[in-house]
Amino acid sequence: MASLRDIKSRINSTKKTSQITKAMQMVSASKWNRAESNAKKYVPYMEKIQEVVMSIASGSTDASHPMLMSRPIKKTGYIVITADKGLAGAYNSSVLRHVLKTIQQRHKSSDEYVIIAIGKVGRDFFINRKMHVELEVTGVPDQPSFSDISDIAKSAVNLFQNELCDELYMYYNHYVSAISQEVTEKKILPLTDIETSGTLTSYEYEPDPEAILEVLLPQYAESLIYGALLDGKASEHSARMTAMKNATDNAKEIIDSLSLQYNRARQAAITQEITEIVGGAAALE
Amino acid sequence: MKTIKVSVVTPDGPVYDAEVEMVSAKAKSGELGIMAGHVPMVAPLDIAAVRLKNEGRTDYIAINGGFLEVRPDVVTILAQSAERAETIDLVRAQSAKERAEKRLRENPDSIDIKRAELALKRAINRINIAETK
Repeated sequence: MASLRDIKSRINSTKKTSQITKAMQMVSASKWNRAESNAKKYVPYMEKIQEVVMSIASGSTDASHPMLMSRPIKKTGYIVITADKGLAGAYNSSVLRHVLKTIQQRHKSSDEYVIIAIGKVGRDFFINRKMHVELEVTGVPDQPSFSDISDIAKSAVNLFQNELCDELYMYYNHYVSAISQEVTEKKILPLTDIETSGTLTSYEYEPDPEAILEVLLPQYAESLIYGALLDGKASEHSARMTAMKNATDNAKEIIDSLSLQYNRARQAAITQEITEIVGGAAALE
Repeated sequence: MKTIKVSVVTPDGPVYDAEVEMVSAKAKSGELGIMAGHVPMVAPLDIAAVRLKNEGRTDYIAINGGFLEVRPDVVTILAQSAERAETIDLVRAQSAKERAEKRLRENPDSIDIKRAELALKRAINRINIAETK
């Protein structure tokens, strides 16, 4: 059995760890609140832009744009959104595992795909596996504004436009609720599977549909990426919050069982002392 | 006078939402004035001010690109960023302008020239609008 002092120091160190995890849980909780409201604020913009893109792309069959056409696939682009740090439960690993599996299934050689990594964890993961990372962004703020990521979104869209890749997929954790996130695969480009729903307005175009698609489609693709990033941030903070809550709970459990052990050991020591005293007294008589 | 609903939406949230009598905007193809009952239309916008007239008052909004969608009863402006005249930080806009000018002066043949020019245009637009209020 461990000595009293050993148990005491283990209790103390576990207590300190639990204080840290508790603090991290609270920090994540407040970040999560803001991330969630950011993601919500973004919804009207996304809905609107989707509506307009849908009605233009499906309304006029004569309007064409390279971003609407599928071409033979020689190279596939993967945008992978992860966090910059760990300690968020399965948040990073589930996305990365999914991407790795997909890439291994779909491609035989490394010339067939390019990786765009957003987040340090994802970048290090691919670099460790000697997979080429074409573009990387790290240090994305917790409350990203559109201008923070417009560069990466533009360069990703440019990869497609310059025919450096022929399709573009995005992987991230979709935020379902505070306790559940879902790995999501989303095809960004080409924009072939735009669903048409509801009533479509037929517009007049000023000056013409092509010129509008020229402005609209890159903006749409960029906003898809931004939307996924906001979604991912909300998931990240909620995942970290849950992970840290579990850690705090576990620490409490460990402290409880250690305290029990400690009290038992103390009791045993006292009992032993008493027996010794009684034994000593008996020997004197 | 009949009014039309206008909403200016950016990725960072809605910026403006109100009923106005007339919307004037600068599209890539020229100035547009839109009043209630306009035919449905879509037009890309230039980096410029959007003017919203209502009951003798005019609100100015700095728009950085994006496009405008008109329906008979509602006008939606989707921009990557937009600021109302009251909320423009003049000091920040001026420093952005100086930064962009400096960049243009120092390396006039870099590939970032287009970006710097756009940044300059945005900054000048914001300064102009902030000063009209």
